[in-house]
Amino acid sequence: MDRRNFLTMSGLGLAGLMVPFGRVIAAEELVSTLDVAIKKAIADTALQAARDAGASYCDVRVGRYLQQFVVTREDKVQNVVNTESTGVGVRVIANGAWGFAATEDLSTEGVARAARQAAAIAKANSRLQTTPVQLAPVKGVGEVSWRSPIARNSMEVPIKDKVDLLLGVNAAAMKAGADFVNSTLFLVNEQKYFASTDGSYIDQDVHRIWAPFTVTAVDKASGKFRTRDGLSAPMGMGYEYLDGKAEHKYVSPNGVVNYGKSYDMIEDAVAAAKQAREKLTAPSVKPGKYDLVLDPTNLYLTIHENVGHPLELDRVLGYEANYAGTSFATLDKRENKFQYGSGIVNLFADKVQEGSLGAVGFDDEGVKTKRWDLVKDGVLVNYQAIRDQAHIIGETESHGCCYADSWASVQFQRMANVSLAPGKTKLSVADMIKDVEKGIYIIGDGSFSIDQQRYNAQFGGQLFYEIENGKITRMLEDVAYQIRTPEFWNACSAICDESDYRLGGSFFDGKGQPGQISAVSHGAATTRFDGVNIINTARNLG
Amino acid sequence: MSIYTEEQAKAILDKVIALSQADECTATLSGSITGNIRFALNNVSTSGIVSNAQLIVQSAFGKREGITTINSFDDASLERVVRRAEELARLAPENPERMPALEKQDYKPSPTFVQDTADITPEQRAQIAAASIGPCKDNKLIAAGFLQDDQSFFAFANSKGNFGYQRATNLDYTCTVRTEDGRGSGWVSRNAADVKQFDADESIQVAIQKARDSAEAKALEPGKYTVILEPAAAAGLISFMMFFFDARQADEGRSFLSKKGGGTKLGEQVYDPRVTIMADPWDPEAPVMPWDQEGLPREKHAIIKDGKVEYLQYSRYWAEKQGKRAVGQPGNLLMAGGSKSTAELVKGTQKGILVTRTWYIRMVDPQTVLLTGLTRDGTFYIENGEIKHPVKNFRFNESPVIMLNNIEELGKPVRLSGDESPFVMMIPPMKLRDFTFTSLSDAV
Repeated sequence: MDRRNFLTMSGLGLAGLMVPFGRVIAAEELVSTLDVAIKKAIADTALQAARDAGASYCDVRVGRYLQQFVVTREDKVQNVVNTESTGVGVRVIANGAWGFAATEDLSTEGVARAARQAAAIAKANSRLQTTPVQLAPVKGVGEVSWRSPIARNSMEVPIKDKVDLLLGVNAAAMKAGADFVNSTLFLVNEQKYFASTDGSYIDQDVHRIWAPFTVTAVDKASGKFRTRDGLSAPMGMGYEYLDGKAEHKYVSPNGVVNYGKSYDMIEDAVAAAKQAREKLTAPSVKPGKYDLVLDPTNLYLTIHENVGHPLELDRVLGYEANYAGTSFATLDKRENKFQYGSGIVNLFADKVQEGSLGAVGFDDEGVKTKRWDLVKDGVLVNYQAIRDQAHIIGETESHGCCYADSWASVQFQRMANVSLAPGKTKLSVADMIKDVEKGIYIIGDGSFSIDQQRYNAQFGGQLFYEIENGKITRMLEDVAYQIRTPEFWNACSAICDESDYRLGGSFFDGKGQPGQISAVSHGAATTRFDGVNIINTARNLG
Repeated sequence: MSIYTEEQAKAILDKVIALSQADECTATLSGSITGNIRFALNNVSTSGIVSNAQLIVQSAFGKREGITTINSFDDASLERVVRRAEELARLAPENPERMPALEKQDYKPSPTFVQDTADITPEQRAQIAAASIGPCKDNKLIAAGFLQDDQSFFAFANSKGNFGYQRATNLDYTCTVRTEDGRGSGWVSRNAADVKQFDADESIQVAIQKARDSAEAKALEPGKYTVILEPAAAAGLISFMMFFFDARQADEGRSFLSKKGGGTKLGEQVYDPRVTIMADPWDPEAPVMPWDQEGLPREKHAIIKDGKVEYLQYSRYWAEKQGKRAVGQPGNLLMAGGSKSTAELVKGTQKGILVTRTWYIRMVDPQTVLLTGLTRDGTFYIENGEIKHPVKNFRFNESPVIMLNNIEELGKPVRLSGDESPFVMMIPPMKLRDFTFTSLSDAV
């Protein structure tokens, strides 16, 4: 739910003070780290205090969370914010129940106090608990470290270079016909140290980057306005994502340029300005059934909403019933080999894809990350589960998808990267489109909404092109597709091969009460869905 | 400690301002104590108390500004945070739209603080959870809910002598009740500044009743229907629309309030004449802070009066550029209505659909504020003034602008807040014709 607020802030709404959390710091502090020996000492203090307080299990997360935001519109820098938040979160099991406490006070006494508080809360909670917590075993890994495989730490790039890039993007868009442009850089570095009574001391350095923009074209005479958002993906990468290398470009049959492992923001802004203007006069779609050809920039969000979320085990079990909702993909469906999609649909979860937002060496309860199947040859085979849930689905180990958005938040099950495996036989986008008689080719993500059990969804996009008799004919406007999840995936009739496989992602996915955010990627190649319901979204206010 | 008295807060802020060597300095000190309890599957899942206090220092040299924050307030920390803000300001690019610090303002206090809410104990939270879970267990139903209460203070001062301080409390309760077979689901939400106005025993019965009544849902064809939106169902759409009252966007031609050929719809009849929405920080039922995030004083004024747009939101920069007066951004939305309850509106309805709650509302087209979303947790068919049977949930594609031109009748406003709304609201239940449902949802 937070996602919308963050997107609003990144767009037109953000002009004034923005301090998401933590304390704001000078840029040079973004490249420093806490000494590992100090973090280990803090962790050992908490582990011992928890044991002394009667905990049967304890994990400690010493976290330093850094963010930088650079926000511009047209020829102006609206804001540059650096934030840091450092502290320690202690989670324990005592009398069979969870307890959690967190503090910014990193003194020996401060940390020990938090551990004792966590144990006291666990004991208090145990009185209301009917079944003791059951943890899937994890073998301690000793002292290890992991770092996002970045080529260039974004935090080391001078602010001036970032400002120059964004103002360059804006100038290029304006020159190409935009009336307005907002562009932003979001940079994140999570320095996370995890230790537990299982005997693990895990030091991780996680980096993420996102470079969104929105271009607006206005026709004052008609009162019409249209926007086109950038086609970049948030990534688990360093500043090298903005290198815009030629080999990372994916040119669609009608010349629209999409991006893979690096992004040419200026090139995309120029295209966006022209396309936003083209949208002002594009014909309105005739509603009805169409075959859809979905670019990964669009399909990733559909996967996120109608595969990633419904296969989160806590939702399936009812723990999120009051807010995010439950799931149609109940446990009996897995037992009965529920046909989630057509036979070519293989959906997998992972926390290991290089460059993805979800990639880490170990999750936030010290479990080594991996890849596993969710839907195999169209059949539902698994969910996303963490240590205290694995036994519920008959598994002996966690999937390694536990996450907390801050040292101050308690970790819980969050979505791993969930991706659609590319087709096994060679198929290009051009060849896919050749076979479509009446269809729409959709690029980029737009409006998204889905019900609380993840059945009925509606999605928009950034660019819509009509396909007639195997050819892309013209741009369309006012398009949204309405789907029912199982029917949609069972209508999947072709998937391009791995040469077209790319990641999209959500930078601010919200869940829980109180709410937490997380970042997650979704990979796919261009995919075809037959006979999907298209509605026309144009209205007249008179 | 995270709640400071006015004297304590002023002492810290005065020190910060005295330390400043910049052209201008604004310091904001805020703190809160938030308690919560969460339950699901008829068990308490988490509970906790989070205390937090933060000082934000904004220092400026001309059009260059630096912002820093800190959460320790000893003299050395204050000195460090002020120096750091000044250092960042010197490094920052000029922002031509930066506005000078506010001159000294006159803030009239509003009744946002209730001691009883600030005094809520962990035991009270547990009692509320138990009062929610108990009747559900007794009725073979499953409860999942969340209670969050907070007390907070907000204080600020600047180098031009401006100062403000006020405390506030808030309580938010939601509970979803589902039948064991998963075929029925009901929901209730309550928001109050005063815990005495919240009754868990009464509230849970609303959700229980809806869960039971919604279990045998029948499918109706999607299409245009007369609907009765309960206040919580209407609030999400109306609150969403208010994000698009920005004057600059309207002037720039990229708002539903922009006019063909240029200019804005300020002063024009955009809604049914029965639509009046006010902002009033001193409203006794839904008071909010007497200033907005920039410290600009809020005023009592109409946003929409008798269907005419009476207000566009000007930032200080845009107001100065356009020769307008900027007032504090509204913190509440007070929609006028009638005297009837939702149940009384149902009684007067020949055929229609009652909607308990709307969910996952997203913008489809900003040109017309076309929103999509779904009904949830209690959708019922009405015939001859009675609820006949539950119906399957619908997806809607509807613009609140069109919706507020299709009013049949407005009921008595109630106080509420929303998951995705920054406003405290008074919203009436409303009977509307031709509300557009575009597909069915199997979700319960």
